[in-house]
Amino acid sequence: MSDDTRKVAFICSKGDLDMAYPALVMGWAALGNGIDVTIFFTFWGMDMIRKTRQDHLQIAPVANTAMKLSMMGVKGMDNAGIPNLLGALPGMTAFATKLMKDKMAELGVPPVGEYLQMLVDGGAKLYACKMSVDMMGLKKEDFVDGVIDIVTAGDFMDMTDGAQIIFI
Amino acid sequence: MTTKTIAGKTVQVNDEGFMTNPSEWTREIATAIAKEEGLADLSASHWKVIDFCRGDAGGNGKSPTLRRITTVTGLSTKEMFALFPKGPAKKVARISGLGKPEGCV
Repeated sequence: MSDDTRKVAFICSKGDLDMAYPALVMGWAALGNGIDVTIFFTFWGMDMIRKTRQDHLQIAPVANTAMKLSMMGVKGMDNAGIPNLLGALPGMTAFATKLMKDKMAELGVPPVGEYLQMLVDGGAKLYACKMSVDMMGLKKEDFVDGVIDIVTAGDFMDMTDGAQIIFI
Repeated sequence: MTTKTIAGKTVQVNDEGFMTNPSEWTREIATAIAKEEGLADLSASHWKVIDFCRGDAGGNGKSPTLRRITTVTGLSTKEMFALFPKGPAKKVARISGLGKPEGCV
């Protein structure tokens, strides 16, 4: 392997379903282009690698001004939003989540756990943030197998020398 | 559109070096492109993937995505990265004389 291999590093800080996919899609594309991929999971982003959480990520319709009725299949309603009050009703988060998961499945996009495993199999290196791990009282055993280690922000900077860093 | 001579045969290629006419492809061309891509010897496993991609593309030259290759052939993602390191779908598409794989998965 030559030293001039392009490197990309993602910092995943969000635990919402919609925010889990950018790193997965771009990371997979990067691996497909022969680019070296490292992903650092911090704060809520650690839900993407927690065994008990990764396939239960959700998307909330509350305070998401871009989520419109048209996405729920109501035609011609590109600018009609879902009232926050309605979005706050019990079951609305589960409903929005199911909708998104169904759409992803239709497109042949794998669920978070399976997608992440594909990245690991393709050579992506996964790390959890030490400070977040300590704060949330987690252990390495709480994470899926592909996670190499729990590292500090400084370690992350060392291992991503020369990489393009994308914060999500 | 330009042409390139591979394994003694002149073929049409696009700006990125992908062949644009799948019917111009031969097994000798595949071996020559594989060498360019750093694969000195194509094993039976390599050929299995190449043949699958050629078949899957049919006459239209559209190469399958990596996920499609693994799902249909039963080869794992790991095996694909071992056979065709650094971008398996793209690499096998080039070797198979097909276009660059489209799609994000």
